[in-house]
Amino acid sequence: MSPKDTNTETMTLFSPQLAARFDALVKKYPVKRSALVPMLLYAQDEVGYLSDAVIAEVAGRIGILELEVRNVATYYSMLRFKPAGKFNIQVCTNISCMLRGAYDLYERFQSELGIGPENITPDGLFSLEEVECIGACCWAPAIQVNYDFHDELKPELVPGILDGYRGQAQAEGKAIHA
Amino acid sequence: MPRLVSHPDEVKIVSRRFGKGAANIDRYIELGGYESAKKCLEKGPDWIIDEMKASGLRGRGGAGFPTGMKWSFVPKQSPKPKYVLVNGDESEPGTCKDHLIFLHDPHAVIEGTLIAGLAIGAKIGFIYLRGEYRYLLDIMEKAVADAYSKGFLGKKIFGSKTEFQIITQTGAGAYEVGEESALMESLEGKRGVPRIKPPFPAVVGLYGGPTVINNAETIASVPHVIEMGAAAYAAVGSPRNGGTRLFGLSGHVERPGVYELPMGYNLKKMIYEVGGGVCGGRTLKAVVPGGSSTPVLLPEEIENLGMDFDQVGKAGSMLGSGGVVVIDDQTCIVEFALRTISFYQHESCGWCIPCREGTDWLKKSLTRFHAGFGEAKDIDNIQYLAENMLGRTFCPLGDAAAMPTLAFVKKFRKEFEDHLNGKPCPFARHVEMAVV
Repeated sequence: MSPKDTNTETMTLFSPQLAARFDALVKKYPVKRSALVPMLLYAQDEVGYLSDAVIAEVAGRIGILELEVRNVATYYSMLRFKPAGKFNIQVCTNISCMLRGAYDLYERFQSELGIGPENITPDGLFSLEEVECIGACCWAPAIQVNYDFHDELKPELVPGILDGYRGQAQAEGKAIHA
Repeated sequence: MPRLVSHPDEVKIVSRRFGKGAANIDRYIELGGYESAKKCLEKGPDWIIDEMKASGLRGRGGAGFPTGMKWSFVPKQSPKPKYVLVNGDESEPGTCKDHLIFLHDPHAVIEGTLIAGLAIGAKIGFIYLRGEYRYLLDIMEKAVADAYSKGFLGKKIFGSKTEFQIITQTGAGAYEVGEESALMESLEGKRGVPRIKPPFPAVVGLYGGPTVINNAETIASVPHVIEMGAAAYAAVGSPRNGGTRLFGLSGHVERPGVYELPMGYNLKKMIYEVGGGVCGGRTLKAVVPGGSSTPVLLPEEIENLGMDFDQVGKAGSMLGSGGVVVIDDQTCIVEFALRTISFYQHESCGWCIPCREGTDWLKKSLTRFHAGFGEAKDIDNIQYLAENMLGRTFCPLGDAAAMPTLAFVKKFRKEFEDHLNGKPCPFARHVEMAVV
C-alpha cells in the first residue's frame, strides 16, 4: 500500500486543514508510523470517533494494515469507536480527587444531566465518563470537558459549568445531531 | 487555570519563572534563558556530563537514577542516530508538577532537551506529552516554533555547526506509556507495551538507536544546574540528592499545591507548615509519599523523615514522583486501597500475566471486601497475590500495584478485619456492588 495524497475522498472525511496537518505530520518523524497515535487523536477530535472510514483512511496514509491501526487504537483509553457528546465530560475520581469529593461531583453530573456513565444526553450535547488521573491532583477535584480543565470544583458549581457549554453550543448555532 | 502557591520555605529553582510569562521566548531570554545551552555548546559533552554527575541530580520520574550517569552510558560512537526523549506522560495519581512546567516554563524543557542532546551527541529530541495535556501541547509547540525562528533549534543552533531538532508528540491516554520502554513503543506508533531489558535504552532505544529518556522535571532542572554550577546545585539538597524537587501536596491538606522544596525536607513539616495541616484540623491517618504506587506511611513514620530518595527508601517506601497524598482519619483505607488498585487494573497493559491477572484479582477481592462480603482468609490472599506479583513483570507497573496494596494490608490490617462478616464500612459512602 502506498500513502494516499490529499484527494477529494479525503476532503469529505477530513477538513482541508486536517488533511494538510496529516500531510505535514507523516513527514515530521524519522519513521512515518510514529504519526499514528497523534493522527488518530486529531482525527477523532474532528470526526468525533474512530469510524471504520477514519481507520481505513489513516491506515492508507501511513501505509499499514487497518488491522494494525485497530490493534494500536484499542490500546489508548482516549480513543473511542463510537460517538460521544459534543462536550465529553470526564470526571477524575482517582485518589487525590476522590479524597476531595470527586464522587459527589460525579453523582451531581449524573443527576443534572439525567444520564449514567458512558451515556449521551438525548440532545447529543453531553456525554459523561469517569476517568483516571488527569494530572490536576493539587487542584482537586478536577474534570476535563473535551480538553478544557476545570479544577477546585464543588457539586454546586456543576449547573453553571453545564450552562456555560450550553451557551457555547447555542452561540455556535450548529445542529448537534444531524 | 491551576493555582500557583508559595511558602517561605520554598527554594525556587525549577519554578523560578512560574507565573512570570516565561512561555514567551523573549521574556524567557530576559530572565536568563538559553544562556546555559550556549555555555554547554562551548564547553562540550564531557564537561556537561561531569557537571551533571557532580550536581547530584537524580531522575524526577520516580526511580531516582543519577542523570549524569544515565547520560554517560550512551556510547560515544554509534552507527545509528541517537535520541533524547522527554517523558511528559505524567499520569501517576497524585502528580501534577510537569503540568506547571509545561504551562509556565516550556522553554526550560526545550533548553534542557538541547543540553541533553549536546551531552550525548543526539540530533533529535522528542518531547512526549500525555494526550490529556492538549492545551499544554499547544504551548509547547508554540515554544518550539519560536525557538526555531530564533535559530536556537535547527541545522545550525546559535550559529554554530551543530544540529538539533525537537519534535513534540501527543499520547492518547495510557499510564503505562510513562514507562520508558513503553514510551518508545508508543512513539514508534505501536501499543505501549514494555520491552524486556537489557538491552537498556542507552544502547538500544528509540528506532533501535541509543536513547536517553528523562522525566520533564529532570530535563527542566538541567539548565538551572548549568546556570548555578553543579556544586551550588548539589549544596541545596541532602547528601547524594542534589537540588530541589517539585512536591505536589494533595488530598486532605489545607493548602494543596505544588511546592518546590530542597531534597531532604521533613515530610511532617511539609504537611503541617507548608501545607497548613490536615483539612479542618482533623487527624492525620496516613500519607502516600510519592504518587499512588509508593507504599503508604503512618503518622509515626514521618516524624523525622527527610524527603529524599535514600531516606524515604529506608523508611520502606519511595520518593517516587513527589506526589504527597494526605489522608485524614475519616477515610476508609479499604476504599482507598480499592481505588488505587482499580487504577492499576485499568492501566495494566496486559502484556505480563502476573500484572494483568494480579491487578484484576486484587480489585475483585477488595471490591468484595469493601462491600462487606469478605472473609478472613481474603486478607492473607490479598497479601499472597500482591507478593507474587513483585518482580515478576517486564516493567514496574506490577510492582507499582502490588507495593501499595501490601502496605495497606500490613499497616491497616485491623481496618480490613473490621470490614469482615458483613459489617458495614464505618466510613462507607460509595460502596460498589460486589460480584460475589
